[in-house]
Amino acid sequence: MLADKDRIFLNLYGAHGADLASAKARGAWNGTADMIGAGRDWIIAQVKESGLRGRGGAGFPTGLKWSFMPKQVTDRPHYLVVNADESEPGTCKDRDIMRHDPHLLIEGCLVASFAMQAHACYIYVRGEYVAEREALEKAIREAYEARLIGKGNIHGWDFDCYVHHGAGAYICGEETALLESLEGKKGQPRLKPPFPANSGLYGCPTTVNNVESIAVAPTIIRRGAKWFAGIGRPNNTGTKVFCISGHVNRPCNVEEAMSIPLRTLLEEHCGGVIGGWGNLKAVIPGGSSVRMITAAMAEEALMDFDSLSAMKSGLGTAAVIVMDQSTDVVRAIARIAYFYKHESCGQCTPCREGTGWMWRVLERMARGEAEHREIDLLLDVAGQVEGHTICALGDAAAWPVQGLIRHFRHEIEERIDRYRSAKGVHQVKLVAAE
Amino acid sequence: MTKILIDDVEIDVPPDYSLLQACEAAGAEIPRFCYHERLSVAGNCRMCLVEVKGAPKPVASCAQQVKDQRPGPNGEPPVVLTKSALVKKAREGVMEFLLINHPLDCPICDQGGECDLQDQSVAYGRPGARFDENKRAVEEKQMGPLVKTVMTRCIQCTRCVRFVTEVAGVPEIGATGRGEDMEITTYLEKSLTSELSANVIDLCPVGALTSKPYAFNARPWELTKTESVDVMDGLGSAIRIDARGDEVLRVLPRVNEEINEEWISDKTRFAVDGLKRQRLDRPYVRRDGKLTAVSWDEALIATAQTLRAGPDRIGAMAGDLACVESMKATLDLMGALGVKNLDGRPTGAKLGGGPRQSWLFNSTLMGVEEADVLLLIGVNPRTEAAVFNARIRKMWLQGALRIGVIGPRADLRYPYEYLGAGPQSIAALSGDFLDALKAAKRPMIVLGEGALARADGAAVLRAAGRLAASVGIVKEGWNGWNVLHGAAARVGALDLGFVPGDGGLDAAGMVAAADDGKLDTLFLLGVDDAPLPGKGRTTVVYIGSHGDAGAHRADIILPGAAYAEKNATWVNTEGRVQHGRRAAYPKGDAREDWSILRALSAVAGKTLPYDSLPALRAKLIADHPTFGHMDYAPGAADSAGFDPATLGAEGSLGAEPFASAVAAFHLTNPIARASLTMAECARAAASTAHIAAE
Repeated sequence: MLADKDRIFLNLYGAHGADLASAKARGAWNGTADMIGAGRDWIIAQVKESGLRGRGGAGFPTGLKWSFMPKQVTDRPHYLVVNADESEPGTCKDRDIMRHDPHLLIEGCLVASFAMQAHACYIYVRGEYVAEREALEKAIREAYEARLIGKGNIHGWDFDCYVHHGAGAYICGEETALLESLEGKKGQPRLKPPFPANSGLYGCPTTVNNVESIAVAPTIIRRGAKWFAGIGRPNNTGTKVFCISGHVNRPCNVEEAMSIPLRTLLEEHCGGVIGGWGNLKAVIPGGSSVRMITAAMAEEALMDFDSLSAMKSGLGTAAVIVMDQSTDVVRAIARIAYFYKHESCGQCTPCREGTGWMWRVLERMARGEAEHREIDLLLDVAGQVEGHTICALGDAAAWPVQGLIRHFRHEIEERIDRYRSAKGVHQVKLVAAE
Repeated sequence: MTKILIDDVEIDVPPDYSLLQACEAAGAEIPRFCYHERLSVAGNCRMCLVEVKGAPKPVASCAQQVKDQRPGPNGEPPVVLTKSALVKKAREGVMEFLLINHPLDCPICDQGGECDLQDQSVAYGRPGARFDENKRAVEEKQMGPLVKTVMTRCIQCTRCVRFVTEVAGVPEIGATGRGEDMEITTYLEKSLTSELSANVIDLCPVGALTSKPYAFNARPWELTKTESVDVMDGLGSAIRIDARGDEVLRVLPRVNEEINEEWISDKTRFAVDGLKRQRLDRPYVRRDGKLTAVSWDEALIATAQTLRAGPDRIGAMAGDLACVESMKATLDLMGALGVKNLDGRPTGAKLGGGPRQSWLFNSTLMGVEEADVLLLIGVNPRTEAAVFNARIRKMWLQGALRIGVIGPRADLRYPYEYLGAGPQSIAALSGDFLDALKAAKRPMIVLGEGALARADGAAVLRAAGRLAASVGIVKEGWNGWNVLHGAAARVGALDLGFVPGDGGLDAAGMVAAADDGKLDTLFLLGVDDAPLPGKGRTTVVYIGSHGDAGAHRADIILPGAAYAEKNATWVNTEGRVQHGRRAAYPKGDAREDWSILRALSAVAGKTLPYDSLPALRAKLIADHPTFGHMDYAPGAADSAGFDPATLGAEGSLGAEPFASAVAAFHLTNPIARASLTMAECARAAASTAHIAAE
């Protein structure tokens, strides 16, 4: 359990003001000039030492990512891009940061930009986040007025911060698709290499970071890397905003220590699973794109990268979707499959064709209108998508399906059998889902 | 060079090779759909996946370079596997995904037999289908009169999108929608405005974009394929003529890096239906004011009679499509008669005589890739040499070329510095661009027929030559003096010396003399696109293949062969001597042109000294050794003593602006004018221009 004194986001619930004065009272913009005075190498070293791993889903060490930027600025300027295209189903942590604690984010942008020698930062806000964009813009205005950022600001590092409002495509949360979209093109992921650190926005060195990764950075530096590294397990350090939704008594966003047991998280902060722990059926622990885990596994799971990936799932964005016994998991995954089919950009073959195929089969399976052999077919198709695409959306579309079959194959089989006995047939005629 | 191990074969390749290139260098076959060596890398089809040891997942070999691969722990070369189980499974998977929404309509698809998807599904697909859902259907798109679309077959490889955007420079095809609803479209359902648009048909790996005029005509295995050269413009693009029986059905490009890379213009590709229409298939003689069909004997006797006029009352002109052999035979016959009124430049370009460099494209077409500054004078390369224009654009895209234009202010699909409209601007050129030309390592000046075929053409030539000399256009290993000819026959005519002899009349002179009654006989060797004499005393003998302007005026018509119907020689604008080959036979009683002249010479009692094509060619080479050097562009080879400042003649430069020699791209010669496809294209182009004007 995280002590209140160790919280970074002190206004996660909006109980206090989001304005500059209130934010300063909570500690934002405190000692920023000193951090900049300590130099960029020191900042990067602090972030590395803190063990902060990217909060957007992939969990790549943030300090290491920052250190990939070229050491010298040539004729191509450096950019920081903040990924606020928070579209992963179940995830709403960045939303509350932008609503209620935007100054932490803006301060983080300044510090990170300084560390990477960028004079400009773009915050790419999800299209649906209108109020959040407005909150962020208001905070940026305040920061400009207080000369915290801008040309000739009091921190001595010329820095401009721009908010770009996306148009509501999930794929634009993929970092290179985000850059394409930011450049005014169709949001389709780029081929890597070259990685953004070499050739990103407008072909210039760019780092793309999640909102939370950037927003926690100033506090980490203020309080010291050791403090942050002391929370959670090794390699899974720090605090994390968890978003719990689904069948719990009080769905909520909560900042907690990494590696907190899932059961503790649900019972302490969310009032437990509806109908008690015994009523739990499955949990998707990291946003819709990770594989689900069963109730038995949830008992054991620690909410961090390593524990969950050992269970063949993942921490993802730490959006915990809880499903009790009343849940039709096949139906649920079919709905998720529809989401990926709808959000696939269509650029590369496996994802474009595979997501639609998986959704159609699942849609029938949810009704029971399928064949037993199609379960293996579905698993095979998911395997053909996973790892064969340009970006990770292919993997994201395949994993939920794999998780379903891994843990609830029997339920699909029962569904098929029930459908057949109800219809009195041994083999169903296949009708496409449209 | 970097060492890399591919399927146990260790090879050394340049580090910037893609894995796909490296695999090919090692002899491993990599299937692909979206990858094309002349387009940017898209990496979207995922067919070229290979296994790289140490990589967590299969890698798209088109998109990764050899230098991006990590060596082994002890510095061993990176290991790539193209035949592993993982690769096989990945290919089968991608193939299956491509096929689930691809209609199985191969029996009614024009791509059948030459379809990448067919071939690769046989080679890399898995047997049987596992997809039980409905297939996707996509609405048809309208892409104009040349490109037929069946978009349900599209596999979204985006080759067409990349071609029109990058090579053609008209971003008129794109993808809308996303996921499985992504569609390739022209957005506004209109014709493509590029002269190279139909190359998307070749690029399309499936039957989504096929040839509209050729639709449902033939299967590839029914066709006789003849490698030949194009005559629709002065470039001499490499083509393959596909014929079934005696009918030419289509023209496709061949690769010739030095001329057309692997593109051809829409006119080259689609004017072939003109070979079936408006043909002169029997001799005619005008009797009582009407052209009457006659036998060859009658026609030749009638023609021979006209040759009895004195040599200064006879003239001969050669038109835009004439082959070297027919011009040689004409020259030899006229020479035997003592005729000096000769002109192979019916439009009156002030070139000829003097050094050969003066009328050649001396930089060579490929030379533009080395050039740093290019000045276009009185030429619109987009319509006069569309394929070459794509090469200029390519160099502009690479940022390697600075381009200036004096002449028509056309939309060339790349920006340029506009330096003036007419001849005065050549002499007056000054400032930044002139300095750039002077400073350039490889300066290029390109003159078009529009600059030279005018009353002050000789003075323009002198002015341009002076400019060229002043910027040092001829350097060690480089001659930047270029004439871009629009007609396939022109360089051959100039090389043969098909210009007025001492005291002879030029084309305009012959027409004037005919109108004044001072000329009894005028030979037109396929002259249609030039001023012709009005009806009068002069007997006009027309040797050619199509009933066009020349045949209309003619009093005697001797039907000849079109370019696809004869083994013949053309010289392209670079001075490259190329053989075209016969893909079909001449229509009806028509004969190969040189043999008509040979027969005529016998009837006229001036028998030419050759009885066969090889004999004619032997004499041709003996008289003009340049014709013996096949498929060779001299470039700067003999340019040491060449001084462009001495070309042309002193004279006053007119004020009238230069106009392009090509007014309507699709209708520049009798074959194209006889083609229904070209007529439709011209209509579409005119209506686009009309809409744009509104």
